[in-house]
Amino acid sequence: MHSKSQPFSGTRRRRFLQNLLAVPAAIMLANASLTAHADSANTTGLAVTDKTVTVGILHSVTGTMAISETGSVQAEKLAIEQINAMGGVLGRKIEYIQEDGASDWPTFAEKSKKLLIKDKTAAVFGCWTSASRKAVLPIFEQYNGMLYYPTFYEGLEQSPNVIYTGQEATQQILAGIDWVVKEKGAKSFFLLGSDYIWPRTSNKIARKHIEKLGLKVSGEEYYPLGHTQFNSVINKIKLKKPDVIFASVVGGSNVAFYKQLKAAGIDMTKEKPLVLTISVTEDEILGIGGENIEGAYASMKYFQSLTNNNNKNFVKAFKERWGKDIVIGDVTQAAYLGPWLWKAAVEKAGSFDIDKVRAASPGIELKTAPEGYVRVHENHHLWSKTRIGNAQADGQYKIVYETKDLIEPDPFPAGYK
Amino acid sequence: MFADYTMTELTSIFAMQGFAGLILFSVFVLMALGLAIIFGQMGVINMAHGEFMILGAYVTYLTSTLFAEYLPSIYDSYFFIAMIFAFIVTAALGALVEWAIIRHLYKRPLDTLLATWGLSLILQQLYRTVFGAREVGVTLPDWLMGSYALNENIEIPINGLFVMGLTIVITVGVALMMQKSRLGKQTRAVVQNRPMAAAVGINTEKVDRMTFALGCGIAGIAGSAFTMIGSTGPTSGQLYIVDTFLVVVFGGASSLIGTVASAFTISQAQSTMEFFLSGSTAKVLTLLTVVGILMLRPQGLFSLKIRR
Repeated sequence: MHSKSQPFSGTRRRRFLQNLLAVPAAIMLANASLTAHADSANTTGLAVTDKTVTVGILHSVTGTMAISETGSVQAEKLAIEQINAMGGVLGRKIEYIQEDGASDWPTFAEKSKKLLIKDKTAAVFGCWTSASRKAVLPIFEQYNGMLYYPTFYEGLEQSPNVIYTGQEATQQILAGIDWVVKEKGAKSFFLLGSDYIWPRTSNKIARKHIEKLGLKVSGEEYYPLGHTQFNSVINKIKLKKPDVIFASVVGGSNVAFYKQLKAAGIDMTKEKPLVLTISVTEDEILGIGGENIEGAYASMKYFQSLTNNNNKNFVKAFKERWGKDIVIGDVTQAAYLGPWLWKAAVEKAGSFDIDKVRAASPGIELKTAPEGYVRVHENHHLWSKTRIGNAQADGQYKIVYETKDLIEPDPFPAGYK
Repeated sequence: MFADYTMTELTSIFAMQGFAGLILFSVFVLMALGLAIIFGQMGVINMAHGEFMILGAYVTYLTSTLFAEYLPSIYDSYFFIAMIFAFIVTAALGALVEWAIIRHLYKRPLDTLLATWGLSLILQQLYRTVFGAREVGVTLPDWLMGSYALNENIEIPINGLFVMGLTIVITVGVALMMQKSRLGKQTRAVVQNRPMAAAVGINTEKVDRMTFALGCGIAGIAGSAFTMIGSTGPTSGQLYIVDTFLVVVFGGASSLIGTVASAFTISQAQSTMEFFLSGSTAKVLTLLTVVGILMLRPQGLFSLKIRR
């Protein structure tokens, strides 16, 4: 989802450096493929022995995306440790190889090649931005790997080699808009986002739904990633007086937007206009400051404040493992589901073989998920509930609404190409 | 677009929009001043300028934490002290960097680009190691938050007023210093003719170090002020660097007045276009305009006439 703020000079500089680094990496890869030997302990050609199975973790722990991806790495490691403590998968302990995508999409591709060809990992948990997923997708399809992707994203994709553990756009957006129309009587919407694929697709879906309900979109605006001055658009919003600001601003821009919204005299707790966001999790609030976003609503599948027992245990374990001050956002929880869904699929298949795991995946259910209960759909996305949270000054969300039923994932909604 | 609004509403919106333009102007001047000194006066292309700003922001964050912990009684005024700390710390780092890296490169100004770029990467990773990869939230004293309601329609952000005031103070201070003070005169002398300045007894090395430190210190103050409007994270400095160079280059690198004039032109153009067009389009048009003008006037809006 969030391609974080990257002014062009930074990107170009980093890419240059990556190219330099790619040379030795390529040489190492070539050596590796010469010396790689077939694992004898199994028939699938994966890194599985009688005692262990190796998986990969592929996120950015350096570069601009490290802000967001750190939580996912922590969640995936926690899940793997918990599974190992329970005896592992098919009697084998999970070992992981962690690679750093370094917030650079070609690096993601390079590293995924390494994880699949050299390390022969049985599954990879990773990627965060849509750009990084798109970069590794052809590699996972070519070498038949299995990727568990945690971020809520724009949809319009379905690969046999990816399980999407976050929500696709329609799951997140439609329920949010329905709620704000029904409960708050919203009649007009101002759509505001950062300028790249996820906000644009999300707003397209939102606009279509709003217009179908016979309501009004009073404005639709995009700002470049990393934009830090929102006073003009805030004035424009004041002029148009929408009932709802539907915000999908990301990264550093988020912090600037909410701080300036508050400074411009818009008190979000008065809900005039009401702010409904799909991009601010508890993680982002850390940077924004709870007092600057208090009163805004978010539409997501998971909030740290969920009170079911699964989540209580999850939050407790997470804090014990990673520190008591840590917060858990929607994507972190989705990342936590990855290793568990893979374990369930492997056990159902009775094999680590990718094709068998893929065949076993649809219908897999997880009753222990922190978000409550999830089930894998035929289309490799998850059935999940959507919740509305109200941001509090302490940086947590108070859950004010939850859909009654699980929402079916619909990555290819009618009318979008 | 305006048919449904009363005259009063329109007037107040335009008043607020004009004010938004002025805030943007102040922000541009504040972030460009430090670079104008370093790039304009010394010819050093400081790619780590954004990282110096973020150091100022982190110092502000630390100061706020410190005050909340030990001196809650005077928490309301911590921001001023934080800015002083930010200046001292970034200026000290600037002096260190000048001593360790920059002074070896005065004869090769283009190499400073590479060296300071490397420095910016090092600093980013350092912030990430020390403060964590996530952005930190800087808590502001209550009086800096919210807005001042001039009448029922016009609301002016207080932090915007604060940034404007700060910008005026610092700009006037820097201008006075460059024109009147001993260091300022020496700096200009060194810029114009280094061997001759040395010949008349100016310690050019010391002047270089002081100038670089001053530029960095002002960047630190800017970073400190920007905690009010933006984010504080290891890579947040990257958000400012492009606009900063744009303002300085467009203004004519060696002229402070040029920097102010170019900040004014770019900010007004951008905020007006943002209001009537969309955000991304406004940015594109602004950049195109700047490119166009620079093609006609490669030396920027203002330039010093010096004999070469």
